[in-house]
Amino acid sequence: MGVKQENGDPENILPPIEQELSHELDTKVKKYLRGEGANLEVLKDKKLKGQLSVREDLYGISAKAAAKAEKWLMPSKGGYLEAEGIEKTWRIKQDAINREVDISSAKNQYDIVLPDFGPYTLDFTSSGRYMAAAGRKGHLAVVDMKNMSLIKEMQVRETVRDILFLHNELFFAAAQKKYPYIYNRDGVELHCLKEHGAVTRLQFLKNHFLLVSINKFGQLRYQDVTMGEMISNFRTGLGRTDVMLANPFNGVVALGHSGGTVSMWKPTSAVPLVKMLCHPGPITAMAFHPNGNLMATSGKEKKIKIWDLRKFEVLQNIPGHAKTLDFSQKGLLAAGTGSYVQILGDFSGSRIYSRYMGHSIVKGYQIGKVAFRPYEDVLGIGHSMGWSSILIPGSGEPNFDTWLANPFETSKQRREKEIHSLLDKLPPETIMLDPSKIGTVKSAKKKDKPTKEEKEAEMEAVVEAAKGTAIRKKTKGKNKPSKIAVKKKKIVERAKRPFLEKQMEEENVAKKKQKISEEISLPTALQRFARKKATA
Amino acid sequence: MKVKVISRSTDEFTRERSQDLQRVFHNFDPNLRTQEKAVEYQRALNAAKLDKIFARPFIGAMDGHIDAVSCMAKNPNYLKGIFSGSMDGDIRLWDIANRRTVCQFPGHQGAVRGLTASTDGSTLVSCGTDCTVRLWNVPVATIMDSDNSSDCSSEPRAVYMGENAFWAVDHQWNGDLFATAGAQVDIWNHNRSQPVNSFKWGTDSVISVRFNPGEPNLLVTSASDRSIMLYDLRVSSPARKLIMRTKTNSISWNPMEPMNFTAANEDCNCYSYDARKLEEAKCVHKDHVSAVMDIDFSPTGREFVTGSYDRTVRIFQYNGGHSREIYHTKRMQRVFCVKFSCDASYVISGSDDTNLRLWKAKASEQLGVLLPREQKRHEYNEALKNRYKHLPEVKRIVRHRHLPKPIYKAGVLRRVMIEAERRKDQRRKAHSAPGSIVTEPMRKRRIIKEVD
Repeated sequence: MGVKQENGDPENILPPIEQELSHELDTKVKKYLRGEGANLEVLKDKKLKGQLSVREDLYGISAKAAAKAEKWLMPSKGGYLEAEGIEKTWRIKQDAINREVDISSAKNQYDIVLPDFGPYTLDFTSSGRYMAAAGRKGHLAVVDMKNMSLIKEMQVRETVRDILFLHNELFFAAAQKKYPYIYNRDGVELHCLKEHGAVTRLQFLKNHFLLVSINKFGQLRYQDVTMGEMISNFRTGLGRTDVMLANPFNGVVALGHSGGTVSMWKPTSAVPLVKMLCHPGPITAMAFHPNGNLMATSGKEKKIKIWDLRKFEVLQNIPGHAKTLDFSQKGLLAAGTGSYVQILGDFSGSRIYSRYMGHSIVKGYQIGKVAFRPYEDVLGIGHSMGWSSILIPGSGEPNFDTWLANPFETSKQRREKEIHSLLDKLPPETIMLDPSKIGTVKSAKKKDKPTKEEKEAEMEAVVEAAKGTAIRKKTKGKNKPSKIAVKKKKIVERAKRPFLEKQMEEENVAKKKQKISEEISLPTALQRFARKKATA
Repeated sequence: MKVKVISRSTDEFTRERSQDLQRVFHNFDPNLRTQEKAVEYQRALNAAKLDKIFARPFIGAMDGHIDAVSCMAKNPNYLKGIFSGSMDGDIRLWDIANRRTVCQFPGHQGAVRGLTASTDGSTLVSCGTDCTVRLWNVPVATIMDSDNSSDCSSEPRAVYMGENAFWAVDHQWNGDLFATAGAQVDIWNHNRSQPVNSFKWGTDSVISVRFNPGEPNLLVTSASDRSIMLYDLRVSSPARKLIMRTKTNSISWNPMEPMNFTAANEDCNCYSYDARKLEEAKCVHKDHVSAVMDIDFSPTGREFVTGSYDRTVRIFQYNGGHSREIYHTKRMQRVFCVKFSCDASYVISGSDDTNLRLWKAKASEQLGVLLPREQKRHEYNEALKNRYKHLPEVKRIVRHRHLPKPIYKAGVLRRVMIEAERRKDQRRKAHSAPGSIVTEPMRKRRIIKEVD
């Protein structure tokens, strides 16, 4: 790999503090190297090897620079919550946290009580600056979370099942009683997406500008919001569901079904990429870890499961029911049920989740949705009587990138970012389970055995050629039409023979193989009952 | 209990006054950038497409000559100036920036065959088929900048008579010698009317001569008896000779690696040689479909430009087997001479249709002063294209060039012929005793022998 491991002599010379620093940097470098480098030893082409090793060196240098930048140049440090003595973190109440933190953070703890239009569902923009809230009975609101001001509030007077922001805070989509609608920030209805039908859940793929919806009849639709083109429309055939989530890592959309299966979809194939049986009963909620390797699902049978998405293997079974799940940017998992939210965390680094925090809202309120606010230590809870916000230290990414998601974005920056993200819009074909395959060349596959059709076509061609052979004129009596017909037949047979022989040979081999496998498959105790050979 | 939560004050993350720049922050965490590889690939594709959109290499034509342009010379001391000589004996000095004639020299009786300027840029040497070598005083830069295109009808500073027609001339780097090629190679001094030295090896006439930029006493010539000869002025006899299967029309030394030179050959290819090791070419540059007439290296030494009888100008990497770029227009006829400008950003071609044409060396380059942000963006796009250049879609876009039909067809025909020859060789090899037929690499195949 490009980074030279500064092991050996120099390390022994360094004082212990600097050694520790270099170790810390090494672990950080690993993150930025994005996996192993190419194995150049197998290459025979010296020129190519030289070029690639230069490039690998460059990767190493840039990873090191990024690690150093992370170490020294980041403006903020992440939040934390540490228990002292016999305290337990999950016993610490929000009031206690409120007393300890600064005033501006304490402002993020509040309850909004709106008893008339609940239950509420929430969505944050990717920068965490704006929040859209939708009450089931038709109340839509867009809130600026920085100065806690209401940007727009309206009443659509019909059922609203889901709300979400499109690529920035200027547009949001709401899944209403009969159709989903797209509104702008001022509350003006821009589009009514009639084709989607009565949608239960919406998702937006930011890199692809695709609006994904699942409707009452289990139809999954992808629509390009830039040009309005309907990319695909699949009938899942797995029944009605309101559990749908896009994996941020690769853009694959996962659906949780009432049969306990989770199916994963991409817009270019009408059959699911993956269908995995996760729970014995209906699936109630799902969440994806931001690095795309972990999935959390919860079922009606009161189990929360953590899955490894690289092996499709269950990592952990957590008892407990969850009506809604969400992963934070730093990997905390929030599970909400009834009027209680539990926060789980992975503190050992071994992907084993344990209790971190808990919070009870007023008894009788039913939690419908939990959502971590990006780049903040805040959890938004949508429930039957409005929405609440609590502090979860250590949940958000402390440092934002101005070019990705900027909570302090000016309108000029927003406009520029919109243009750039449109230029970088990905085609729907780039959605796949392993996105690291993009930008690589498929290795040349060796030609397989000829298929049956090819063999037949070859034989046909030979037979046709044989039929066409001119028959020499022979002595009198041998040119009779009957004789010529016989001769032609013979020629054709002779041409066919090698093919037929080959075919027979293959069949024999297959039969023999089958016989052997039959013999092997019987356990030794039963082999005496095996069919005896005719001779025996 | 110890607790801390993220809290950002607006003052820390926004600017204080409206005149300030916006504060920006970086976080390179891969988890924040989803699908970064796909996005990067998309950007590479866009960069390749943008390159195609902005590819407008032709800047303008400079007309004025009344016969074909036969030779050109750069003014090493003045970036904007270029000399050109034509078949009717006319010599002109052009201002490239304004694309107009600055000065017209009276010239020769017959065709001008060779032009060269001394390294200090004060003297222009021309030779022609009227058996004369003429030395001219180059007007100073202030005259060039003035508006009126003066007719510097100054008489030549000196006229030296030879016995035979001259075919080429080249001036020594950092010296006051120049060499002419004709029936033999003559070495002249500025101040003497007779050659100081003459070389002759073989019977046929020498058609091109070029001094080495690194070692001022070394020169290379090519003759119409298909030979390439190396001379050293410090010894009285020619040094080495290489005979190829076809004639070499022109030669250029690589200014950054002065032991290497590239020969423009009649067989549509260019051959890069190491002057110390002539038994094998270092690289064969293929793509032209007719004889290559002239070649000139970029001052960076990383690429060179060729002009061909097939009416195209191509730009090659110094070590690339195929051309990076092809330039053609409907009106451009056979190209007789090409030059890279001294800042490596323009290419000038002179052709049969009496015009000089000015091209950009990089077809889609943005001219003028670039802002730092623009500069960065161009560099980023270049790096992206370079990273993904092997992928089929990017490769297809980057490689595609529209060609005039006759050139396209000639290229196809050439490929068919080469392929047929290769197949025939293979078959011959397969049906003869093993080891009896040895296929030589293309780098050796066109060389007949090397003579010391």
